[in-house]
Amino acid sequence: MTSRKPPRVGDSPTFRRFLIAFVLIVGTLLIAAPLAVIFAQAFSKGWPTFASTIAHPDTRHAIFLTVVTALIAVPINTVFGIAAAWALTKFDFRGKRLLTILIELPFSISPIVAGVAYLFVYGLQGLFGPLLQSADIKILFALPGIVLASMFVTAPFVARELIPLMQAQGRDLEEAATSLGASGWRTFFYVTLPNIRWAMLYGIVLCNARLMGEFGAVSVVSGNIRGQTNTLPLHIELLYHDYQTVGAFAAASILTVLALVTIVAKVLLERQGAGRHHGSALAGPVAVSQDTTR
Amino acid sequence: MRQRRILPGFGLSMGITLCYVAVIVALPIGALVFKAASLGPEDYWRIVTSARALASYRVTVLSAAAATAFNLVFGLALAWALVRYQFPGRRLIDAMVDLPFALPTAVAGIALTTVFASNGWFGSFLASMNIKVVYTPLGIMVAMAFTSLPFIVRTVQPVLEDLDPALEEAAQSLGSSDLNIFRRVILPLLTPALLAGTSLAFARSLGEFGAIIFIAGNQPMETEITALLAFIRLEEYDYPAAAAIASVMLFAAFVMLAVTNYLQARALRYTAR
Amino acid sequence: MKITLDNVVKTFDTFRAVHGVSLEIESGELLALLGPSGSGKTTILRMVAGLEFPDSGRILFGDVDATDIPVRERGVGFVFQHYALFPHMTVAENIAFGMKVSKVRRSRAEIDARVNQLLQLVKLPGLGNRFPSQISGGQRQRVALARALAVDPKVLLLDEPFGALDANVRRDLRRWLREIHQELGITTIFVTHDQEEALDLADRVVILDQGKIAQMGTPRDVCRNPNSAFVTRFLGDANRFSGVSSNGRVTVAGVEVATAAIPDGPAEMYVRPTDLIWSREGQGVPVRITRVLDRADGRRILAETEDGTHIEIDADVDLDVEAGQRGFVQVKRANVYGAGA
Repeated sequence: MTSRKPPRVGDSPTFRRFLIAFVLIVGTLLIAAPLAVIFAQAFSKGWPTFASTIAHPDTRHAIFLTVVTALIAVPINTVFGIAAAWALTKFDFRGKRLLTILIELPFSISPIVAGVAYLFVYGLQGLFGPLLQSADIKILFALPGIVLASMFVTAPFVARELIPLMQAQGRDLEEAATSLGASGWRTFFYVTLPNIRWAMLYGIVLCNARLMGEFGAVSVVSGNIRGQTNTLPLHIELLYHDYQTVGAFAAASILTVLALVTIVAKVLLERQGAGRHHGSALAGPVAVSQDTTR
Repeated sequence: MRQRRILPGFGLSMGITLCYVAVIVALPIGALVFKAASLGPEDYWRIVTSARALASYRVTVLSAAAATAFNLVFGLALAWALVRYQFPGRRLIDAMVDLPFALPTAVAGIALTTVFASNGWFGSFLASMNIKVVYTPLGIMVAMAFTSLPFIVRTVQPVLEDLDPALEEAAQSLGSSDLNIFRRVILPLLTPALLAGTSLAFARSLGEFGAIIFIAGNQPMETEITALLAFIRLEEYDYPAAAAIASVMLFAAFVMLAVTNYLQARALRYTAR
Repeated sequence: MKITLDNVVKTFDTFRAVHGVSLEIESGELLALLGPSGSGKTTILRMVAGLEFPDSGRILFGDVDATDIPVRERGVGFVFQHYALFPHMTVAENIAFGMKVSKVRRSRAEIDARVNQLLQLVKLPGLGNRFPSQISGGQRQRVALARALAVDPKVLLLDEPFGALDANVRRDLRRWLREIHQELGITTIFVTHDQEEALDLADRVVILDQGKIAQMGTPRDVCRNPNSAFVTRFLGDANRFSGVSSNGRVTVAGVEVATAAIPDGPAEMYVRPTDLIWSREGQGVPVRITRVLDRADGRRILAETEDGTHIEIDADVDLDVEAGQRGFVQVKRANVYGAGA
């Protein structure tokens, strides 16, 4: 037997069909078509061309550089995210709001502005430029600059997953563990971490996706030296402007697969309960309430 | 007063946090502001109000406004369909809403350009109707709409999910028509989330770079966005101008952050605790 | 272990939670900290545990000053209000946690044996492999207690131990906690806002009001001789009459009703509903019945005096009264305090 329910607002068949059709059509135009065109272009000259583009030393170096950047920046970012969440949720101190805003700030700032800003720290015209040059330390137009700029744009990713979750979980579990005699590290690894691991992984996955795809900030600080400081997104631009369309899309298809894997991972992690403590999806401030009265 | 911490790790976690925030976030922003401030008011004003800069603000703001308006309608429709209706492919679409966030902007840029180019899948069709997208402000709008699509969907969706059916039932029992219920009950409850999502989408569009530069054509005065102008000034080694223009964008970002914060605080108004 | 609090003060931001509390808890005693929310009872408990540090004052464990000993080394067993069971560990792993992190090395077999023994003690044998989400609230409460007891604490501290449970489960657990305390003889302090719970369970009750001790004593002491209007009202329903005291006699509504050693002037008299006697005619304060409530164990008469004061009287099940009737109440027993006391 099927239970009949009175219709809710917007449940009339005509409106329903119209709205679903609208959503499907615009969704196809705006999301599915760009996705399809990437692969269509990448394989337009057949598999051998695709394979040879990917195998080109410059492309391979770009992939290598992107992976190395992620391998350095993502772990540091994760440690920062955990530390920030621990400091902000396990203790009360003055300036909590301000610190939260500072952590969230990179989400609001254009990557180009971030890149320009880094230039004025480490570039020749910047604060430390002359000093660095006399010491023969290369930060800009080299790996350190790329890593630093990437860390700026992805700074909030792990922290913003952990802060609301740990805020909601409160301090009881850690206090219980401590009252039973557990040390700080023990409490963190045996009590806190198992309860935040999915949210942390969620943050890491999103951080990694954004980091490997970052274009604006990195293009300012990398100097675009082919085969040396070109990350994969920069290499795509280079190939595209060289009218090597197939090559550009072949390289783009790698990042597209990464994006799709990220989305699948995101859906799977959301089933584990990660990502639920958001006011909004992927940006916006985290509310930190101060719990003082007991 | 004795200030002591019950749980361990305050010094370590706070130390790491402050170091990271200081070196990675605060230092570069401070350097940029310092550089822009060292220009002197006259030079600064001349640069940020030059004809080319003003044109870039206009293109950026108008395109962002148009893209946001489109997403306001489409995002609400999408969120509504995803929450209220069951249809084949619903979960796939729900997951793919995040594609614009997951896909690198440069990849999105070349893909959109190819699709909308005059010999592309949609471009050739639109060209037959004399609509040109690539290398026009319309192209900038398309790129902005794509990259900021998830914001409104993802802010409205949870509110729509949590909407108590009893509210609609109450309105129905009081004799209200569907349209009236939507206008007078549902929409007011969604408005704070819609506004918060709108401001996030608008802010994102103002700062977008990667997806736009491929499709925009980048004609000074016509299709040159502010972010690109800052980039071009850098490539011309005109660092003061780059600093000044970047500082205008930074200021806009702070304003949008304040607006978003305010709207999100308001969005929590109806949330009973 | 004897616990001593010596003039302990705690302030949160600008809000003063505890004002100079001094208290001695005898070894093996079961003590209740009773008070309304915001009275500072939980803060005191958390300070004994080392989960808050006092701004001033000392806390002694036996003769040892424990004020600065962090919670990790203080050796207390703390049962959290919402239990704080580790959700990713089984019941047995929760109970074993304290032993595993202890500096005292124990073998696996030793730990397992102790866990089983504790599961027996809290009457949950065979549930060791369940996760906290798979057991009932009352069972979680008992796991939390077993976990706290596993480390052989010097003192057992319970924060609103039965606050989150149904009335029936509460009553059972109360009796059971009393039994466990008898069996182990461990010094125990618990916090509650429920006077019935405190009076049922504790050897001694400390009643707190706005961060200060209002009264302490055995349940009998505090029930029979409440020292203030606050304590009287907090311990149970009480009718309040305002009157005048002169020459050691108190007059209410023109009727001389009680003797009390309080200074002359305005006075407040508190009378429990069971301490008022209703009669159709005779002596006492004239009243009019507004409603009669029937209960399983008696009848409660709601009435109004001539000056409009609402009063409640407990009467026998057999008493035949109804709304609208007029009569008189006599005071069997009362507590009188000077106005504003």
